[in-house]
Amino acid sequence: MGIFEKIFRHHPPWGVHPDDHKLPAANAPLRSLPLPALLYVPMQQHVGSPARPVVLVGQHVLKGQLIAEAQGNVSAPVHAPTSGRISAIGEVTAPHPSGLAQLAITIAADGADTWCERLPVDDPFALAPEEIARRTAAAGVVGLGGATFPAAVKFNLGRRLKVNTLIVNGGECEPYLSSDDRIMRDRAAEVVDGLRIVMYAIGAREALVGIEDNKPQAIAAMRVAAAAFGNVQVRPVPARYPMGSDKQLIQTLTGKEVPADARAAEVGVLVHNVSTCAAVHRALRRGEPLVERIVTLNGGALTRPGNLLAPIGTPVVDLLRFAGVSGRPARLVLGGPMMGIVLPHARVPIVKGASGILAFDAAEAHVAEAGPCIRCGSCTRACPMGLLPLEMASRIGADDLAGAAGFGLSDCIGCGCCAYVCPSHIPLVQYFSYAKGELSARERSKLRNDATRRLAEERVARLEREAREKAAAAARRKAERDAAKAAAGAAARPLPVRIVKPASEAAT
Amino acid sequence: MWLAIFSLTLLGTLLGLALGLAAKRFHVEASSIVAEIEALMPGSNCGQCGFAGCPRAAAAIADGSAPVTVCPPGGKALAQMLAARLGISIDLTSVADEGPQIAIVAEDICIGCCRCSKVCPTDAIVGAAKQIHNVIREACTGCGNCIDRCPTEALLLQPLPVTVQHWVWPKPATVVIALAV
Amino acid sequence: MIPTRHAGPVAAPHAASAGTVPRVMLWVSAALLPATLFGFWLYGWPAVHLWWVTTGSAILGEAFCLRLMQKPVAPVLRDGSALLTGWLLALSLPPWAPWWAGVIGGLFATVIGKQVFGGLGQNLFNPAMVARVMLLISFPVPMTLWTAPLPMLSANAPGFVDGLRITFGTLPATFDAMSSATLFGYARSELSRGVDLLQSLAATQAPTISLLGERAGSLGETSSLLIAAGGLLLLGLRIITWHIPFAMLATIALFASLMHGIDPARYLSVGIHLLSGAAMLGAFFIATDYVTSPNTAVGQLVFGAGVGFLTYVIRTWGGYPEGVAFAVLLMNALTPVIDRYTRPRIYGRDRRGAPLEIDP
Repeated sequence: MGIFEKIFRHHPPWGVHPDDHKLPAANAPLRSLPLPALLYVPMQQHVGSPARPVVLVGQHVLKGQLIAEAQGNVSAPVHAPTSGRISAIGEVTAPHPSGLAQLAITIAADGADTWCERLPVDDPFALAPEEIARRTAAAGVVGLGGATFPAAVKFNLGRRLKVNTLIVNGGECEPYLSSDDRIMRDRAAEVVDGLRIVMYAIGAREALVGIEDNKPQAIAAMRVAAAAFGNVQVRPVPARYPMGSDKQLIQTLTGKEVPADARAAEVGVLVHNVSTCAAVHRALRRGEPLVERIVTLNGGALTRPGNLLAPIGTPVVDLLRFAGVSGRPARLVLGGPMMGIVLPHARVPIVKGASGILAFDAAEAHVAEAGPCIRCGSCTRACPMGLLPLEMASRIGADDLAGAAGFGLSDCIGCGCCAYVCPSHIPLVQYFSYAKGELSARERSKLRNDATRRLAEERVARLEREAREKAAAAARRKAERDAAKAAAGAAARPLPVRIVKPASEAAT
Repeated sequence: MWLAIFSLTLLGTLLGLALGLAAKRFHVEASSIVAEIEALMPGSNCGQCGFAGCPRAAAAIADGSAPVTVCPPGGKALAQMLAARLGISIDLTSVADEGPQIAIVAEDICIGCCRCSKVCPTDAIVGAAKQIHNVIREACTGCGNCIDRCPTEALLLQPLPVTVQHWVWPKPATVVIALAV
Repeated sequence: MIPTRHAGPVAAPHAASAGTVPRVMLWVSAALLPATLFGFWLYGWPAVHLWWVTTGSAILGEAFCLRLMQKPVAPVLRDGSALLTGWLLALSLPPWAPWWAGVIGGLFATVIGKQVFGGLGQNLFNPAMVARVMLLISFPVPMTLWTAPLPMLSANAPGFVDGLRITFGTLPATFDAMSSATLFGYARSELSRGVDLLQSLAATQAPTISLLGERAGSLGETSSLLIAAGGLLLLGLRIITWHIPFAMLATIALFASLMHGIDPARYLSVGIHLLSGAAMLGAFFIATDYVTSPNTAVGQLVFGAGVGFLTYVIRTWGGYPEGVAFAVLLMNALTPVIDRYTRPRIYGRDRRGAPLEIDP
C-alpha cells in the first residue's frame, strides 16, 4: 500500500487497527483433526437456557443423534459429535473465564464415526419458512460468530418484524482468527446456498455479504459463488476493528443505526455469520446437525498454526497437540485476542462458538502494568459506540456504578478498543465487565429481596387469616355449647361438663 | 480603613441575610429515612441482626446504632445500597459475606416434625407431618431460623454455589483515574 | 508486574497498541528538542544552566512528594512527566533568569501544581503554567527582564563559567546593555507613552519578528518555526490532534486580523500575534496537555478557541503583555464544564441520550 493511500484511505471514525496476525494460519489449507478418544459436550453452548440430557450413561449413540434437548424458548439442542458410548454425564470445566464447572456429556468415541439417519431436503425453498426455522432449531444451529444466539429464534424474529435485508457477516475483524475466511474460501457455495435459505426463512429481499478488504481470496470466492444470484451482493468493507460487530457492520453497509435498546430486526436488518449460513445449509440440504466446526489454531506458541475441522467437545489439548506446541504456552485464549476469554487450562472442550484457540508465547501474553490515567482521550476516539470509557472507569473505580451507567455503560459492546489503545494499560474492559456483572447481580438480589418481602407478607397474612379462622371456629363452638347448655338446662339439671379446649387454642 | 470595615460588614450582613432567607424559602422537608431504609431491607423479619424485625433494624441503622452491614441475608449488595443512601463509605472487604446461603434438608434424618416450617419467615419449607420436608430454593433466604429448631439436626445452611451464569468479573486493582466531570 | 493484577483471570483484550505513557512523554520531549537547542544557542550558557536547574527542581519536587506519600519513586519518575513539566516551564522563562526562579518554579510546578492534586492525571491546571504565572505575579521584575540574542559562540557570549555566574550569582553590570524588550512589551510601553504602533514599529530600535526566532523572548518560545515543526511531528505521530492548535491559532488570527483591520495604529498584526510570544508553544505543547484539556474533538475546538480568544484579550487589553499562560489556566478551569457539555453522541442514541426512534 502506498504511503498516500495509507494517509488518505477512508476509514470509519471509530475503532482501531491492530496487527492482524492472520498469516500464515489463514493461508494454510484446512485440515481435519483425527477423531479424539473422548469428547466432552457441554450442555450450555448457546445464549439461553442450558440443554437437558436425554441419554443415559452407558448408552450407545450415533453421530448426529440428539443427546440433549432444548429447554425453553431461547435454547438449542445438542447432538452427538461422533458415534460412541456415553461414558459420563457430569461437570467439566467450562470454556469461561471463571474456570467454573458446567454440565457436559462425555462420549467415548468408538472410532467408526457412524452417522445416524439423516433427513436431507432436496429443495428447501419448497418448504414453509416456519419449517426451515424448525429444522434449523432442531439441528442445534447457533450463531457461530461468537454470540451463539440460537439461529432459528432470530429467523422467527426476522419474519415477524418483516426484515428486508439480510446482512451476512464475513467481517472477521478479530486479529489471528481466520475460520470465517477459510469457510468463505473453501465452502463459498455452501455459504451462499445457506444464506439464500436464511433469506427465504426470514423473508428478506436482498442479502449483503460484508467482508473486510484484507481477505481478497474470500471476496473473490464469494463473488463467484454469488454471481448467479442478483439479490446477493458481496460488499468489501474497510478492515477496521470492530467491523464484525453487528451494529458497526449494519451502519457501514446500510447506513442504518440500530437504536439503543432495540434489535437490528426492528430497523429491517438481520445479521448472520457466514459460518452460521454454512451450518444452515448442512442442516437443511444434508440433514446434518451442528456437530463440528472450523477452529483457527494460532499464536506464537504453535509450530503449525492453521484451521482445523474439529468435532464439538474436542478438548483444547488435542487441538494444541495437533497444531504442534513449542514449549509451554504462556496463555490460552478462546476466541480472538480482542474479545476472547482466557482458558484456565487446556482440558476444556471446544463449543459451537469457538472460532479460535490462541496459544500465546510469553511476549504475546505480556500484561503491562497499569498506570494512572493521563486523560489523553485515546479511548474516547477509539470507542465505536461513542462512549467515554475513561469517565465510566473513573466512576466504577470510585464504586459509583450508577454514575457509570449514566455515561452509557449499558451501550458498551465490550469490544476492547479502549483498553487496546490505552497508553496507561488500564484494564478498561474488566472495569466494564465487572460493573455490568455487579449491576445485574444487584438487580437479581433486589428482585430476590422483593420476592422475599412478598413471601413474608403472605406468611403474615396467612397467619392472621388462620388466627381469625380459629377464633371464628372457637366462637362458633362456644355458641353451640352455650345453646346446648341452655337447652339441657331447660330439660334437666345440668351435669358438670369438662370442656376440652383444642390444642391449638391452648397454645395461643 | 473604616470604609473597608464598613463595606465588608455590610456585605457580610447582606449575604448572611440572603442565605438565611434562602434557607427558609427553599427549605426541603427531610424524607423519612427510616421508611426508606426499611423499603430496602428484605422484610422477612428473620431476626439474624439481633433486632426484632426489619423495621427495628432500619431504625437502628438510621440513627447509627447499627452498622449498614448488620443484615446477613442482605449481604454486600444491601450494605452497599444502604451506604449509598446514607452517604457513608464502608470497607466491604471486612464484611463477612460468604455469599447467599440456603438451607437444605438431610432427607435421611428428617423425621417430619414440622417445627422448622413454623418458624420459616418466607414459608420456604414444605412438608406434611411425618413426611420428609423440603426447602424451596427460590424462597429460602438463608436466615437460619430453622437450623436450631430441628431436633435431629437435619437442616444445614449451605452456600449457594456460584455458577457460570452468575459469576461476576472481579473489580480490577484500583488505578487512579481523575473525576473531571 | 504487580501481583494484584493477576489475582483474577486476565481480561480481554489480549493485545495492546504500541503507545505507552513514557513513549508519549519521550516524543513530546523529542519534539521540544530543536526549539530548546536553538534557545541554548541563542542565549548561551545561562540558558542551559537555567534549563537543568528548572527540570531538576521539578523532578526533585515530584520525588520528594512521592517519598513523602511512601509511593514508589523510580517507576513514577520514569514516566517522564515531571521532566516534561520542568522542561516546559524552563522554556517559558526569560533565558537569563536567576537560579532561584528555576528552583522555586520547578518545585512549585510539581509539588503544588501536580502532586497536591494527587499526581499524574489528577491536576486540574497545567503545572508548568501554574508555576509560570506564580513566578510572574510574585517576581514581576526578574520575570520580565529579557536578553537580546547573544549566540553561544559569538564574541561577547558568556562561557560555561560565566554562565554559571550569571545564573547563580548576580547579573553582570553589562546586562543593561544586553537587556531588551519583547515585541509585545515594547509595543505596549510605546502605546502607553502615546506613540502609536505605526511609528513605534517603524523605529530602528523596535524588535522585529523573526520566523527562526532571533529576537528577545523566553528561552524556548522565540523560534516559531522550530516549535511548529515539533508540533507537526506530534500531529504526525497522532500524539496530539489538530483541534486545539488549530482552534487556538485560528481564533488569535481571526481577532488579530479583525482588530488590526479596524485600527492598525493600535492593534498588532496577525503575523506578530502568531509568531511572537508564546502562541506557538502554547498551541502545540501547553494547551494540548492531555490532563488539563477536554477529551472530545468538539470540546477541544471549544477549548482551543477559548484559549486563543483569552490570549488575544489579555495581550491587547490586559495588564500583562503576554497572556497565553493566563488563558490556558482560565480554560483549564473550564475544562470539566466543556467536557460535560460536549459529550459525544452515543451510537443508537440522540444527543440527550434517549434511544433513537425506530425507523424501519
